[in-house]
Amino acid sequence: MTVAAAIAARDPDLLPSRRDEDWRWTGLRELIRVVPPASPAVASVAEDEMLAGLGWPTLVFANGRALEEAEIAIPATGKGRFVRRFVSADAGTAHHLDAVVTVGEGARLVLIDSFEGQAGDYLASAALSFDLDPGADVERIVLLDDAEDAVSAARSTVSLGAGARFHQTVLAGGARRQRFETHVRHPGQGVNVRLDGAYVLSGKRQSDQTTVVAHTGQDGVTTQLTKGVAADQARGVFQGRIVVERGADGTDARMAHHALLLSDRAEIDAKPELEIYADDVACAHGNTVGALDEAAIFYARARGIPEPVAKTLLTAAFLGEVVERIVNEPAREIAHAWLLGKLEGLA
Amino acid sequence: MLSISNLHVSIGGKPIIDGLSLHVPAGEVHAVMGPNGAGKSTLSYTLAGRAGYAVTAGSASLDGEDLLALTPDQRAARGVFLSFQYPLEIPGVPALTFIRTALNAQHKARGEPETSAPEFLKRVREAAGRLRMDMDMLKRGLNVGFSGGEKKRMEILQMLMLEPRFLILDETDSGLDIDALRIVSEGVNALRSPDRGMLVITHYQRLLDYIRPDRVHVLAAGRIVASGGPELALELEREGYDKYARAA
Repeated sequence: MTVAAAIAARDPDLLPSRRDEDWRWTGLRELIRVVPPASPAVASVAEDEMLAGLGWPTLVFANGRALEEAEIAIPATGKGRFVRRFVSADAGTAHHLDAVVTVGEGARLVLIDSFEGQAGDYLASAALSFDLDPGADVERIVLLDDAEDAVSAARSTVSLGAGARFHQTVLAGGARRQRFETHVRHPGQGVNVRLDGAYVLSGKRQSDQTTVVAHTGQDGVTTQLTKGVAADQARGVFQGRIVVERGADGTDARMAHHALLLSDRAEIDAKPELEIYADDVACAHGNTVGALDEAAIFYARARGIPEPVAKTLLTAAFLGEVVERIVNEPAREIAHAWLLGKLEGLA
Repeated sequence: MLSISNLHVSIGGKPIIDGLSLHVPAGEVHAVMGPNGAGKSTLSYTLAGRAGYAVTAGSASLDGEDLLALTPDQRAARGVFLSFQYPLEIPGVPALTFIRTALNAQHKARGEPETSAPEFLKRVREAAGRLRMDMDMLKRGLNVGFSGGEKKRMEILQMLMLEPRFLILDETDSGLDIDALRIVSEGVNALRSPDRGMLVITHYQRLLDYIRPDRVHVLAAGRIVASGGPELALELEREGYDKYARAA
């Protein structure tokens, strides 16, 4: 039951459904009666000004196909900075893509994955794999910019060698349904995983960030911080599962999700889960859903800041904590600009 | 300048201000003193426009313009500044960002040009120096982790930067030691001018040793029950509020 299988067979019965526990808030079978036809091949796509400004090597995938290179492979001790753009360019069509990243021993990669809807009403699926050798270091920033009436589902799987580091920040703007899954097989052994996220949702957009981290060995570290805001009738979903398997002693895993509801009709669904089968572990999770602090809004207004500006300022500060954790400076600036752009759309 | 006439204010249906009238001409500093529960903070929040403070009768105007018809940010742009008794902490918004945003918003509302970044920084440095505040404090989240006295200095810093026409100080002396009280008062006194008015709301007389009022009013049970010169504050300090509380 995957989106990829449903697209390949053009069979809506293969789509995940609300009846699947992991898809209870993002059921697609109830939504899509007919799987759209395959997206056509595209020769080129328009440049993205903000990303082009980085000057990093860029891989473009349009309608599920790589325009040139499809694979990123950083050799041992190498260094790379890349942008991948996954563009959905045709309305009323469906596509799936597979893409691979390999990072050699001791190598470093900074990667921006940008999902862009340049048309509406598409069904997009992606399976993205990351294979990190021992001591490899990846910082990944994901920008989800789907069309508001699109359905997109992306699944990342991450495998890690000893002492590797995988840090990820997912920034989501939502879609009709937008699912972003990250699955990490965590071997312990000094591996450090950070899975962060932020979402800014308005209108009737929905976004679902789902993570599964399985700690299988000793002395692994995982930290997660996801923050989001939902306005209008938008819906934000966070599902985080950390499994600490038998023998994965010394695991240190912390997960937090905090959300702001900016309207009475917006909705947040959160399911943080810790499954612990080892004894000597430090695990914690926290989850809060609230509203903007009215007293702080009044304070700002009493200084002359109009209400919408005050709300944007406070919301940006709330979400800023996630962006501040991005280490690579140009990537952090892109993330910051992206968030501010989304927040201006709320006001 | 500020004219309040027969003001009635309720919170949650409960009358707190009950027929208050007050006139503060330009160039003057008026103190409003009163016991706890007299309505001092209600008066300041009402003038600033906080939600939940329902004006059921009366008026308040600044230079003839109806304040009560304006939003809090519009009042600020017209020059009303309330120094909060309990300033808010705003994590993630550096004080510099906050003040710059406020200053730009006020300029925009008045149709004035923005202050340039270098000019803004120069002015902030001067104001911080005057209040003996470290610039590093201004780069952190607004008021986060600040002591009560530091928060009050931050209020005065904002006041110096925004250059309001009418200042309302709500219990500005609370939480201040003598040194801080002197520094804060110097900051406030620097803003005294013939075209500015000031309302100093306080429970204790000691602030008025530093910010000398032209007139003193006693607020009890939601209305002004006595007015006089600076000597009235000294009398209150000696004799307490008992006789006014009874009279009200």
